[in-house]
Amino acid sequence: MTTPAAIPDLLPTAPGAGGAGAPTRQSPIANRKSQDPLWVRVTLTALALGCMTVLVIVPVVSVFYEALSDGLGTYWKTLTADPDTRHSVLLTLTVAPLAVLCNLVFGVAAAWAITRFRFRGRTLLVTLIDVPFSVSPVVAGLMFVILFGLQGFFGPWLRANGLQVLFTVPGLVLATTFVTLPFVARELIPVMEAIGPDEELAALSLGASGRQIFWRVTLPNIKWGLLYGIILCNARAMGEFGAVYVVSGRVAGETCTMPLQVEMLFNEFNTPGAFALASVLTMLAVVTLLLKVWVEGRKKQDSPQRHESHTKEHKEE
Amino acid sequence: MSITAQNVTKRFGDFVALDDVTVECPAGELVALLGPSGGGKTTLLRVIAGLEVPDSGTVLFKDDDITKHSARDRNVGFVFQHYALFRHMTVFENVAFGLRVRKWAEPRVRDRVLELLRLVRLEEKAGLYPANLSGGQKQRIALVRALAPEPKVMLLDEPFGALDAKVRSELRDWLRRLHNELHVTSIFVTHDQEEAFEVADRVVVLNKGRVEQTGAPVEVFERPANGFVMDFLGNVNKLPVRVEGGRALLGETGTVELPGRVFGASENGRTDAYVRPHELDLARTADGGNCLLARVLHVNPAGSVVKVRLWAEDFGLMINVDITPERYRALALKPTEPVYITPKAEAVSDTDYAI
Repeated sequence: MTTPAAIPDLLPTAPGAGGAGAPTRQSPIANRKSQDPLWVRVTLTALALGCMTVLVIVPVVSVFYEALSDGLGTYWKTLTADPDTRHSVLLTLTVAPLAVLCNLVFGVAAAWAITRFRFRGRTLLVTLIDVPFSVSPVVAGLMFVILFGLQGFFGPWLRANGLQVLFTVPGLVLATTFVTLPFVARELIPVMEAIGPDEELAALSLGASGRQIFWRVTLPNIKWGLLYGIILCNARAMGEFGAVYVVSGRVAGETCTMPLQVEMLFNEFNTPGAFALASVLTMLAVVTLLLKVWVEGRKKQDSPQRHESHTKEHKEE
Repeated sequence: MSITAQNVTKRFGDFVALDDVTVECPAGELVALLGPSGGGKTTLLRVIAGLEVPDSGTVLFKDDDITKHSARDRNVGFVFQHYALFRHMTVFENVAFGLRVRKWAEPRVRDRVLELLRLVRLEEKAGLYPANLSGGQKQRIALVRALAPEPKVMLLDEPFGALDAKVRSELRDWLRRLHNELHVTSIFVTHDQEEAFEVADRVVVLNKGRVEQTGAPVEVFERPANGFVMDFLGNVNKLPVRVEGGRALLGETGTVELPGRVFGASENGRTDAYVRPHELDLARTADGGNCLLARVLHVNPAGSVVKVRLWAEDFGLMINVDITPERYRALALKPTEPVYITPKAEAVSDTDYAI
């Protein structure tokens, strides 16, 4: 019921350090091979593979198996016949990119501020960025209800001005943005810290404007890290359930995103519909995963050079 | 164009990086900011470049107060210690950057970049990325990148700090020749006194955010203003002395008169004398009288002078003495042998005590 792609993604993937750490990581593995007895290696490998099979492969395959059990034709009909289901796919494909966009702006701004300036409250900001990671999405949803609900802080003002946040697309975007807030910033901060401010300062002293520095120097340097953050953020945004559950009011055909629609169909004993939609969500996750692997490869391609030149410089010192 | 930093003060929290510093760099000269790390050299350079805002004080280019100008508008060529080349751009694009942001026409950009790459003999590297260059090549590219937009002044932050000894001395000569050709007013930061003396027209010694001494290399080396400068220039024996009747006598009770410089003395006349190793000599016998018994610890014969390190047991002092290879052969020194250290006669007469 939850989002398959989001689970592996949530593991801390040591951003940026991937390329830099790789050469050193190889030698301990090589050493291990000669040290650990065979049965330890076999047991651990079997255990890992077993867990993967039971917890990931079997459930994912069974989703597709269940969805396609009555043949492709039925599958397609179940998916497309129900207008609410169609709407939920569209809604998710609207809300997720909007939330990603918000995060893109926030993430770049936050990472820039944190890595390039020393200001009061900097540590506080670094800590606050992580809050959405630790707060349960349901609680996050409730916070927005408290803020924007009819009895909430902004409720009367919003109603007076004819605006509605709860049970609408803006509310969904807001809740999703909150839950995914750390992804882009967390990914960029170490990347920008590793690159350092010198290239930007060099550009400045060469006469570049702030905008030229960002587009010609900063962005090309962080693009793979940024893309990686966006992909993780998108995966999480598409699968978001808890916060959206609370703020959406679950109006089928209006505010039900794909995960909510899956749950609704399942509760209505519409098992084929639930599994069909779940399989689409899973496919989106798989596509994201493939994109992620590709970006990781590109990131690594860029970083060994970076790593090499770095160690060289240190040696020469 | 001359550069003047007047009464510049800069604090980072409680740390005073620059304390009322005034430095002048006459037009067309190459000035070295010399000092230990943490002395404020780099901060001063960044203040002049506009990369750091001073708490107080002014920066003048010629007669224009540019303290409030952004780094972007100062038209300064800045070279970073770690090159700071744009890693995602080719060598050509790196050098072209300053011209492109100024919207130079494409043919002009190409001519200028190729001209500069020829100057540093790296034309064939134009299409490569910085990661594929050696340290020395990177630094040369960083230099011409800064030179490309025809800056009014050049500022170099430890330009050769990250390079190995051989490349370093090559680039040093090259920088000096380049400066002789272009005559762009330049300031460079270094903690290497040899580098400063070899390359610069003037040397400014900075320590703990203050200027200790300013002058031509010869002046600074021959007439250090104080104990710090003497000590920092290195290669000097710092010996405790008492000053009596205008003479510096070694230790509490010793009678050896030293030729070195003395900077101020406490009330009882105790202070340190600074004696350069070449101002001392070694002898097998105590003929002259004015001498000090010591044991040979270590001899380094590699070089134009033979460096001998000795241990004067009576005073608990380590003393370095430089002698000529001929003298070394005549003395036939061996480790642990006792010898006499004597001040050179001509050095004594040359000394001016700064008491």
